[in-house]
Amino acid sequence: MKQYLLSVHMVEGAEMPPPETVERMYADVDQYNARLQAEGAWVFAGGLHPADTATVVRMQDGELLTTDGPFAETKEHLGGFWVIKAPDLDAALAWAADATKACGAPVEVRPFQDEAAD
Amino acid sequence: MAVSRPVAVTEIESHFRSEYGRAVATLVRSFGDIDVAEEAVQEAFVVALDRWPEAGIPPNPAGWIITTARNRAIDHLRREASRENRHAEAVLLHLSHQPPEPVGPVTDDRLRLIFTCCHPALGRAAQVALTLRLLGGLSTPEIARAFLVPEATMAQRIVRAKAKIRAAGIPYRVPAEAKLPERLRAVLAVVYLIFNEGYSASSGDVLVREDLCAESIRLARLLAELMPDEPEVLGLLALLLLTQSRRAARTAADGSIVLLPDQDRRRWDRALIEEGHQLVRRCLRRGRPGPYQLQAAINAVHSDAATAAETDWDQILRLYDQLMSCTPTPVIALNRAVALAEVRGPAAALAAIEGLELGGYHLYHATRAELLQRLGRHDEAMDAYDAALAVTANGAERSFLQQRLSAAGEAARR
Repeated sequence: MKQYLLSVHMVEGAEMPPPETVERMYADVDQYNARLQAEGAWVFAGGLHPADTATVVRMQDGELLTTDGPFAETKEHLGGFWVIKAPDLDAALAWAADATKACGAPVEVRPFQDEAAD
Repeated sequence: MAVSRPVAVTEIESHFRSEYGRAVATLVRSFGDIDVAEEAVQEAFVVALDRWPEAGIPPNPAGWIITTARNRAIDHLRREASRENRHAEAVLLHLSHQPPEPVGPVTDDRLRLIFTCCHPALGRAAQVALTLRLLGGLSTPEIARAFLVPEATMAQRIVRAKAKIRAAGIPYRVPAEAKLPERLRAVLAVVYLIFNEGYSASSGDVLVREDLCAESIRLARLLAELMPDEPEVLGLLALLLLTQSRRAARTAADGSIVLLPDQDRRRWDRALIEEGHQLVRRCLRRGRPGPYQLQAAINAVHSDAATAAETDWDQILRLYDQLMSCTPTPVIALNRAVALAEVRGPAAALAAIEGLELGGYHLYHATRAELLQRLGRHDEAMDAYDAALAVTANGAERSFLQQRLSAAGEAARR
């Protein structure tokens, strides 16, 4: 079985939807997660804190350098992700369609190099 | 043994070209990999070059190509499997459970392959290139020439698309019923785009461009054969045939463009028109009209008229109204206005196209210019022809517009 990363892309500074919408989103995502698990497609998933909580560590001239902030200087950041198992891209795209409806943000589908063990 | 006759290389090439799609499609199903399939067919071609000139063309060239290519690919896999390649072993095991011959029309592998090539996860340019390469058997340099793209760019486009199919796991199958209308739209759009590229642009290699028209008609025929119950598939084929029927009348001896009203209708291809008409009747009977069927019907009305003056513009306008209700695009609104001008006059048509967002489209300005000209507003017509000239680089279009511009200029001075 192939594995796919379903990543949720958030736009920095975009207006937060009203609380009741956010609450419904959480409920929809919970339901979606339960379905992924029930159908055996679930590998791993998680939501992330905003990008300004990120720290970058890198090697520079043989020295370890730690800096504040996200790595990419863009307006769009990874907000959360799922790792799923699916037989092919059409199946993964069908899961992604449900994911974007649940979380209300665009979802990018990207294949992993390695297949799932089972 | 049959009496053999000399077989020319070009004859062998033409057999491989016409059977390429079927062979690659069958082998992709067997081996699960496009590159393996293409390489195997290429090797079969080398074998044919060696044997056919002596032994003659086999009685069933398609079967010969598929069997030879298949055996070559299996030989490769056996060598790989003996090196303990688990993937090769798995493919060989899978193969032993499959029928060796291509199966019937309903599950034709070419249909699977065209849906793979036109998968929405691939960009339109990649869809077009892959379809021409894998189903049409055109070489990468040929496709590059047809689309006026450097060969290296086209090669990279095809390699990247094939790599994405493999890495992302784009499936090799006809989509399920629920997804079919949406996925079929992409397939039809690709075939139509190939035709238009061959038909409308007059720059570049003329032969390659005629090849594109022929190839898109071949693809449309294939789709119509494989999906005879989809009225839009029949509609697309009809549209292509009816458009193609006017090809010879569309350019004058000096290469300049001849518009529909001025064409010599005796030069229209009657056989294509007849076939197009039959298809239009057949698909419209199903009562599920769509954009291709309606455009085909409009073309059928045009080809019914023995002279331009006898054109049934009322019916054409009604068809455009129907077309506008299913695909309300600015280009269709513009084309509808041409019919409207005939039925209700140029002023009504001009009012209908004012404000369409088509500033970058030379035919918008040319149509406006034409209507202004008919209203006697020559200065404004000249401005509109200038605007049209500013947005087209095509030589034949430009000289046509220049001509109309100077005609408008003379009328303005009178």
